Amino acid sequence: MDLSYSPEELAFRDDVRAFLDEHVTPELAAKVRGDGELSKADMENWHAVLNARGWLATNWPRDFGGAEWNAVQRHIFEEECAMANAPRIVPFGLTMLGPVLQKFGSREQQDYYLPRILNGEHWWCQGYSEPGAGSDLASLKTRAVRDGDHFVVNGQKTWTTLGQFANWIFCLVRTDLEAKQQEGISFLLIDMDTPGIEVRPIILLDGTHEVNEVWFTDVRVPVENLVGEENKGWTYAKYLLTHERTNIAGVGFSRAGLAAVKRMARNERSGGRPLIENSHFAARLAQVEIDLMAMSTTNLRIISKAAAGEAPGVEASMLKVKGTVIRQEINDLARRAVGPYAMPFASEAVDGDNDPVGPDYAGPLAAQYFNNRKLSVFGGSNEIQRGIIAKVTMGGAG
Amino acid sequence: MNFDRTEERQMLSDTMRRYLSDRYGTEIRNAILESETGMSEEIWSGLAELGLLGALFGEADGGYGGDGFDIAVVFEELGRAGVVEPVLDTAILGGGLVAALGTGAQKAMVDEVIAGTCHLALAHGEPHSRYDLSRVETRATLNGDTITISGRKAVVVNAEQADPLIVSTREYGDADAQDGISLFLVPANALGVTLRGYPLLAGGRAAEVSLDEVIVPADSRLGPAGAAYPALARAVAAANVALAAEVMGAMENAVALTKDYLMTRKQFGRPIGTFQALAHRMADMLIEMEQARSAVINAAGHLGSDAKTRDLQIASARNLLGRVGRLVAEEAIQMHGGIAMTREYELAHIAKRIVMSEHRFGDADYHLERFIELSAA
Repeated sequence: MDLSYSPEELAFRDDVRAFLDEHVTPELAAKVRGDGELSKADMENWHAVLNARGWLATNWPRDFGGAEWNAVQRHIFEEECAMANAPRIVPFGLTMLGPVLQKFGSREQQDYYLPRILNGEHWWCQGYSEPGAGSDLASLKTRAVRDGDHFVVNGQKTWTTLGQFANWIFCLVRTDLEAKQQEGISFLLIDMDTPGIEVRPIILLDGTHEVNEVWFTDVRVPVENLVGEENKGWTYAKYLLTHERTNIAGVGFSRAGLAAVKRMARNERSGGRPLIENSHFAARLAQVEIDLMAMSTTNLRIISKAAAGEAPGVEASMLKVKGTVIRQEINDLARRAVGPYAMPFASEAVDGDNDPVGPDYAGPLAAQYFNNRKLSVFGGSNEIQRGIIAKVTMGGAG
Repeated sequence: MNFDRTEERQMLSDTMRRYLSDRYGTEIRNAILESETGMSEEIWSGLAELGLLGALFGEADGGYGGDGFDIAVVFEELGRAGVVEPVLDTAILGGGLVAALGTGAQKAMVDEVIAGTCHLALAHGEPHSRYDLSRVETRATLNGDTITISGRKAVVVNAEQADPLIVSTREYGDADAQDGISLFLVPANALGVTLRGYPLLAGGRAAEVSLDEVIVPADSRLGPAGAAYPALARAVAAANVALAAEVMGAMENAVALTKDYLMTRKQFGRPIGTFQALAHRMADMLIEMEQARSAVINAAGHLGSDAKTRDLQIASARNLLGRVGRLVAEEAIQMHGGIAMTREYELAHIAKRIVMSEHRFGDADYHLERFIELSAA
């Protein structure tokens, strides 16, 4: 048993820190903390910076232009990025579609799409969920009917994150109505400029536009955009979901969030004294920190298994549940820390040429608390994860 | 023992519910939220015509209620409909203080409040006061027959609509002493008053209010010099009853929406409410809701008690409502999934009202500390 990083891993961490130090400007970090909204250009620039260093596709094999890091290196990188308030990598092309194409795509598809993910020419979004198919994804209804050398797609996808910026979408579509639910699904790559596609914004409760509805009306998709075999899409989708679940614990985000709450609590006053000295608040803070310390070791245990080549199983589901609960608790403490100054509506409280309302960190906190309720809903809701845990460990129960 | 509502209160409740369910849907409310004033004049006059503002004042003040249970009935319905209009600020806080402390001339304002023609705001909290009710650093200095006021007030809800503002000041004593606090009626257009307005996350608007050597006549003092704290505490107690009841009504709406959704939304071939994991969580919410209902009754029933009993019940209710409110808001969103996070769906707004109410006059943690303090005393 050795809880510390190896000398090589520590050297790697120093490299990462130096790189982030150089490239994450204070303005960029402030936007990531929530004091502003990251623009499309901000996200594209960050991808370009990472790509220039060869660190954009951390999990891809070198042959495809990736960094081919192991799980420990990826963990170090993700954690350092979170602590430095670096922008998040937009995952749809890099961590979702990329691995699917590498495993199941044709040579032509790999040669065409993978370099364009890296150089930013293609911005991908994910066409999975539908209004009637959320947790029960396999009940999806968007249809693709073969017509000569095209599929004709009709239907609606929803919760399409950053779909307003995307020029490509990978979709699960139903190609066989007769087959059992999971067996009639195919995996299609669709150019968003194709006629018949309409993207409609969904505005969330904190006023942000990050998700969309995507409507398909007689959209003609060339058959060569089918990934793998027709009606085998569910297999690819499941493979993709296992990749979506890397960094699922969000330890780095929680650490950064906790550090931020502590900073605020030293500055805020309660009864004329620093809030951090308030025993009730300090106790709540300590409770979350204790949970986070343990979870971060759980996370490392699973990562070192993965680095040794073992596939994570039910542990990924456990990390998803625990990780989101901890992050949401930190969001709750953050809004509490600032008292009445949580009330102003962030978008106007922090932008414009006026000084912020209240302390400069207060503006986005309540909005973040509400926005991050999504963490336990998306990527397989926590209920679905608990179902998986129960099923795997009790054999069919739950 | 009788836990039934009086006939009048039940009628008011029914009338309000009908009126608001006809006129306060998500679309209309979203338009109000985005409007410049953050409120609807039409709804405001409608509420005044229904008589609900009058229900918040006693007969001596020109109303026909004013009891804790009157407040609870009105705010439960406001909460159910997610109303963002500043009834709390204009009537409970502003009107309540003028009614309690005003001279005959000053009290004319209460009639206008009841008629819906006057807006008030309590400018009390300061940038570093958090929820401490007696922490007031805004200074008031007497010079002959005028008063000079200087200081800064934080997150003053309804400040832009209000005229006058009711400003708390310190005439003497330490920064957190109960003794030495005075209230003044400060005209919105008084020289030296600067407002910086902004919308609130859960609807309505507030402002940062700077008072820079604002001079008002000495007779604009509301109540006795340096001795306004007991009335201030009474008005804030009434506001806490109102907020607890508002959260109660909002939670009832959230739970009703969730029940409907669980029984209509199908995944894996059946309504998701038939999954025991969700059904049990709904049951837990309903259990906690009954706790909350009783806590509101406790608080409302003790609004007229001696200050210590009253404040203990208030702290207890707001702690419990804060905890249950968070549970219900979060669970209602979680059981709906993504749809509940969208602005077009009613629950999004209702959940925001529930959670953000904790940031007015103290969250669950603050009220837990208050409870410990008061029960030890």
